[in-house]
Amino acid sequence: MNATVLSSTTAPAARPARRCRWCDTLDAWLPKLVVAPTFVCSLVFVYGYILWTAVLSLTPSRLLPNYEFAGLAQYEALFDNERWWQALSNLAVFGGGFIVICLAVGLLLAVLLDQKIRAEGFIRSIYLYPMALSFIVTGTAWKWILNPEFGIEKLVHDWGFTNFTFDWLIDPEWSIYTVIVAAVWQSSGFVMALFLAGLRGIDDSIIKAAQVDGASMPTIYRRIIIPSLRPVFFSSFMILAHIAVKSFDLVMALTNGGPGFSSDLPATFMYSFAFTRNQIGLGAASAMMMLMIVVAVIVPFMYSEMRRSRHG
Amino acid sequence: MADMSVAHTAGASKLGRFIIYGLLALVCLYYLMPLFVMLSTSLKSLDEIRAGNLLSLPGEFRTDAWVKAWDSACTGVQCEGLKGFFWNSVSFVVPAVVISTMIGAFNGYALTMYRFRGSDLVFGMLMIGCFIPFQVVLLPMAQTLGALGIANSTLGLVFVHVVYGAAFTTLFFRNYYVTIPDELVKAAKIDGAGFLRIFFSIILPLSVPIIVVSVIWQFTQVWNDFLFGVVFSSGDRQPITVALNNLVNTSTGVKEYNVDMAAAIIAALPTLLVYIVAGKYFVRGLTAGAVKG
Amino acid sequence: MGALSIRNVRKSYHGNEILKGIDLEIDKGEFLILVGPSGCGKSTLLSMIAGLDSVTSGEIRIGDRVVNDLSPKDRDIAMVFQSYALYPNMTVRENISFGLQIRKVPAAEQARIVERVANTLQIGHLLDRKPSQLSGGQRQRVAMGRAISREPSLFLFDEPLSNLDAKLRVEMRTEIKLLHQRMGTSIVYVTHDQIEAMTLGDKIAVMKAGEVQQFGTPQEIYDNPANLFVAGFMGSPSMNFIPAKVEAVGSGYGVKLESGQRTHVFPVPGGDGKLKAWEGREVLFGIRPEQITHKSESRLGLPQFQTAEMPIRLTEPTGPDTMVLVPINGKDVVCRVHPAHAGQPGESMELMFDLSKSVFFDPASEQRIA
Repeated sequence: MNATVLSSTTAPAARPARRCRWCDTLDAWLPKLVVAPTFVCSLVFVYGYILWTAVLSLTPSRLLPNYEFAGLAQYEALFDNERWWQALSNLAVFGGGFIVICLAVGLLLAVLLDQKIRAEGFIRSIYLYPMALSFIVTGTAWKWILNPEFGIEKLVHDWGFTNFTFDWLIDPEWSIYTVIVAAVWQSSGFVMALFLAGLRGIDDSIIKAAQVDGASMPTIYRRIIIPSLRPVFFSSFMILAHIAVKSFDLVMALTNGGPGFSSDLPATFMYSFAFTRNQIGLGAASAMMMLMIVVAVIVPFMYSEMRRSRHG
Repeated sequence: MADMSVAHTAGASKLGRFIIYGLLALVCLYYLMPLFVMLSTSLKSLDEIRAGNLLSLPGEFRTDAWVKAWDSACTGVQCEGLKGFFWNSVSFVVPAVVISTMIGAFNGYALTMYRFRGSDLVFGMLMIGCFIPFQVVLLPMAQTLGALGIANSTLGLVFVHVVYGAAFTTLFFRNYYVTIPDELVKAAKIDGAGFLRIFFSIILPLSVPIIVVSVIWQFTQVWNDFLFGVVFSSGDRQPITVALNNLVNTSTGVKEYNVDMAAAIIAALPTLLVYIVAGKYFVRGLTAGAVKG
Repeated sequence: MGALSIRNVRKSYHGNEILKGIDLEIDKGEFLILVGPSGCGKSTLLSMIAGLDSVTSGEIRIGDRVVNDLSPKDRDIAMVFQSYALYPNMTVRENISFGLQIRKVPAAEQARIVERVANTLQIGHLLDRKPSQLSGGQRQRVAMGRAISREPSLFLFDEPLSNLDAKLRVEMRTEIKLLHQRMGTSIVYVTHDQIEAMTLGDKIAVMKAGEVQQFGTPQEIYDNPANLFVAGFMGSPSMNFIPAKVEAVGSGYGVKLESGQRTHVFPVPGGDGKLKAWEGREVLFGIRPEQITHKSESRLGLPQFQTAEMPIRLTEPTGPDTMVLVPINGKDVVCRVHPAHAGQPGESMELMFDLSKSVFFDPASEQRIA
């Protein structure tokens, strides 16, 4: 090491060369400029459009928008509409069944997969692949599988149980349950992945401490592990509720809302009134109701979760 | 800890493992069954379909159904198969994915590394945009696309998917960039680099994993989209998901289940391939927003 | 002309005042340490010197320029970060030359500078590696190399050693000091480690809650702490603070200490003036462990030395010294004793107090009395 190597006689080359006030100002503004287009888009295409839809829902628009004020007439019409009530009750049945079954199946599979399973990665990717498919593909496949003529019913007949009937797909009482079957198939693997990530995030030493305290594995799962997955339940619930409310493709492909409108959901209701039956005002009103359902389900849940996390 | 439990309950635990593996395998069969049924049905002739059942194997591999699904199946009034619609999808999916990922990267970088007054507010606004049911923007968007003259065009679909996809890609990039230490940007500032230089020389080279996640996620979402496709396009401009649904629901003549299944597999193939090749990143994308959110 | 001068600098975030009027000044070539517990504002102050944080009010000068509104690149500074902040996608060579490249230094010149820096820090063999392939100590060197390559007029170090293990930390500390001696560039160095502060600094600013508690040379701060916080923060083991009553002794004043069953009144040399006002009241009597040792015959009789026999509660051998804990006025007091003279717990031993450097604090205001 030489004491003179870095003496200041060799310095000048490295001195700041350019000084550009204008560039500095521009540079300070660049982050905002970069975000600005997205900000404006979000303002217009999300918030502005929600307002626009709200306005439309207060007009008598049919085939074309018509901006006369009609008060809450469309909402009254909506709540007088039997098909809308069917869609809402279907949403309750579908949403409830779909969320509960997905959470249960997802948690069970995650716990099973967390037992130091050989080929875990392979199994996991089998459970998850439906998530990569379009709901239209899923609907098409299950429409074929649940088809009473050639599907599961026939399979069971071929096995010798000739009295077996399984015709939910064409039974107005049961058609909405076929949507649950297909939706669970598609999404439960995803919930499994979320729970598995949650399980892997738990500090091993807590489990070891509980074992040293003499707790059995089932007790540890019941008392320590599953309660600590609370945030995962929370986010899974949010995602599943969100999928449920906007479910559209799956119903279109699987039952097309039928038989009749027995498996309609708000999303298919909205589509059919706004775009095929030329009832823009009514469609807008139903869209606003869907937004309110999302808000009504998610906001209280989020609020209670935030209060909890704040108070520890 | 494994030793302790194994020591005194070796027999029971062996049985337990057996049950666990059995259950896991059964569930595998459940998840794989629809894919198997689709594939085997698509390779059967209609007579075989009527004679056999879901699980019966095709007697010989016949590709007629695939050829028909691609080339000549009816999707409503026209009967030219899925091929045109497949390329329709490709033509708007690729630009939509590229553009929304680029926007997400820039936004995530600016919002994370250059916090300014209101940057959290902007981010919060974008996130709420991820949660709205899209039905609530469909009618105004249809009006707007009509007014701009890009309804029923590739450009229109690209536009819609970029606008509503950017919130997700921004979320991905932001969540990734918060794990990069601020000091890296500070060091570069002191070294004299500006906003763009720091992004291209330092941040972007570090972003490869999240770019892959974002591209895969957006590709899957946009390719699989049905809602925007069915609302904002019609006739021969429709994406493949809409065409598939039309194909399945076209009720002229005999119902050709084998063609339906071949068409469904064709529509699923690109995303399925991506999943097989880069499943790890796909799962990361799925869980990225969820676990943190 | 000062290398750095900070005048009445304030910083607030959302109405919270983080820095409450800082005044500091160093000359060219001086090594300034900002030390304090986390949250005291030392890193914020460093960021403001670097230009990474804005100044709410006041003035920062580097050399003869006010730099308040200059961007970091125009301040003629370089900085070493706690996490090193090496660009992960670049090799060591590229890391060092990145700043030169941006300043459009010709390639040949860049190569020469990298070479020189690499020689100085002995990292020549690492130039083509990526940061992920380096050990902690090597990363530290590269980070320093990146800083010195530009030959700034001021170096900023933000807790550069806190991510290293204890042994490496001591080595790198020495190396930084040597580098400073060799290059003679002014340095501002932030740390929470008072040993680093003592060993490296020409000047130390001890900070707490956004204020400079004391600014001076290491020895001044060690010997003459301005208040209870500084006295307790600097030095390890920490100074003993014994609540004690002031009493008149002869012509002067002393402190009353109780240990075991015995009571002692130690006269404080030179304490008559300032302690007079406190007669009969309680003060905090501050004495460092090394000022309480075993009894040494040679010093007996000197006025500043007092001896007393006290019961031992606990001993903690450290090797060169043994720390002996004795109860005085209800507090455990640490005494630094030669191992050969240390007694056993339960026994009592004769201790010698050096009162020449003892200090006294107002228990309410925590300010220095004498």
